[in-house]
Amino acid sequence: MSAQFMPQFMQYLLSGLTVGAIYALVALGFSIIFNASHVINFAQGEFVMIGGMATVSLSAAEVPLGLAIPLAVAAVVLVGLALEKFAVEPARGASVITLIIITIGASIFLRGLATLVWDKQLHVLKAFSGDAPIAVAGATLLPQSLWVFGITLAIVLALSWFFGRTLLGKAMLATSHNRLAAQLVGINVRHVLLLSYGMSAALGAIAGILIAPISFTTYDVGVMLGLKGFAAAILGGLGSGVGAVVGGIVLGVAESMSAGYVSSAYKDAIALVITLAVLFFMPSGLFGKRGGERV
Amino acid sequence: MMLEVQGLASRYGRIPALKGVDIQVRQGELVALVGANGAGKTTLLRALSGVQPVSAGRVLFEGRDITAAAPDKRVRLGIVQVPEGRQVFAPLTVEDNLRLGAYLRSKSQAAQTCERVYAMFPVLKSKRREAAGMLSGGQQQMLAIGRALMAEPRLLLLDEPSMGLAPRLVEEIFACVCALKEASTTIFLVDQNARAALAVADRAYVLETGRVVLTGSGAELMENEQVKEAYLGL
Repeated sequence: MSAQFMPQFMQYLLSGLTVGAIYALVALGFSIIFNASHVINFAQGEFVMIGGMATVSLSAAEVPLGLAIPLAVAAVVLVGLALEKFAVEPARGASVITLIIITIGASIFLRGLATLVWDKQLHVLKAFSGDAPIAVAGATLLPQSLWVFGITLAIVLALSWFFGRTLLGKAMLATSHNRLAAQLVGINVRHVLLLSYGMSAALGAIAGILIAPISFTTYDVGVMLGLKGFAAAILGGLGSGVGAVVGGIVLGVAESMSAGYVSSAYKDAIALVITLAVLFFMPSGLFGKRGGERV
Repeated sequence: MMLEVQGLASRYGRIPALKGVDIQVRQGELVALVGANGAGKTTLLRALSGVQPVSAGRVLFEGRDITAAAPDKRVRLGIVQVPEGRQVFAPLTVEDNLRLGAYLRSKSQAAQTCERVYAMFPVLKSKRREAAGMLSGGQQQMLAIGRALMAEPRLLLLDEPSMGLAPRLVEEIFACVCALKEASTTIFLVDQNARAALAVADRAYVLETGRVVLTGSGAELMENEQVKEAYLGL
């Protein structure tokens, strides 16, 4: 083992954790909508893209970052709510497959719209607090990674408080487990669905904003990030919050390690192969619901 | 008149399930609905809760037309259902299930009613931190009833509360239904166990393939030859 091993390993690990945290946020977005409606929202990646692009535009217009970020998140939440209200809700009663196709259509539409509102160029957002690298066990860590870790952690804690402690959060869980019973106790399941799109949009936007200073952002950045987030959600077990986070981290680290030790040309393939391999032995993912329950 | 159902019809796709049902429930009454499998009993209760579309007819609650009202609006008015097959929120705790039953009420109101539910079903209190899905069938039924009571129902719709339970538990559930009636809750009860349902009911309706074919007091129907033959197995 060479003396280079540890620093190199640390470097791959840190960059894997950074991108993994982003995947985790996207995966959480998938899980929230899946829980509320059993629909996989393929426009999730577009939430990520719009979040990043809107922040770039706002900060180019000299809006301070502290204001640009909440504005961009709010804009994406509006897009998410509009998607539910004007595309998903009118198809109420349609099959899940139909709804999924609607979200695919919406993602193509949003991507097209982005080329009109913005352009097809690569854009870069300034890092939140400079680019001076921090040395960690022989590896370097960008300050932006600390933002990614910190905000992801804060969001995970906030979500577990919301679903575990608040009545509204429990009502959302109840709706996902038994829609009929939820209606019968007086939960307005249409509001729950609307809320789930709003929350997922906010998570996507935050992911897109956090990653924008690290990788470039452009009109179709959501395609790959959406796909990776989806793979992470599947890997962890669709609908599981813990699964989404673990799935995201595992996928991010696996990708970074394979880019470092094998070849960066294969990093996407290797990550997806790992996902497939896990699903082959554990079809419901690492933390997914097992079939069958006591009656 | 608390509940008045007029010419109610409902269908699944092109297949009619209810073909013009008229039913009345007065304040404080315990009214039973008996009928065979597929007669439309569950469809009727779901239509009353607003979770099954209605194709014709009207539902009046205390004189107010609620035919088109959303399910949560009906819960707010006091129409609360204990659904067939219990439908507890399996992964959530007993306590959370009960709290969600009072979703439209304040925390302090919920806490008060919760104590009453625990007094009625002490076993729920001892298992309050357990996942609802881990309870036995009888306990889940108690939880389903308790969850409905958390909404302070004025009209309680009970769908097959004794289904799949051991005879001793059936007795317990029916004793609880009687206790609720004593506490002046109006109850509309659907049960395949026609004998037990008719025994506790003030009045009853017999539903056959989506139509009401007989009505009378519980005791009258118990003596009716048709009912005896078809539903009581005599």
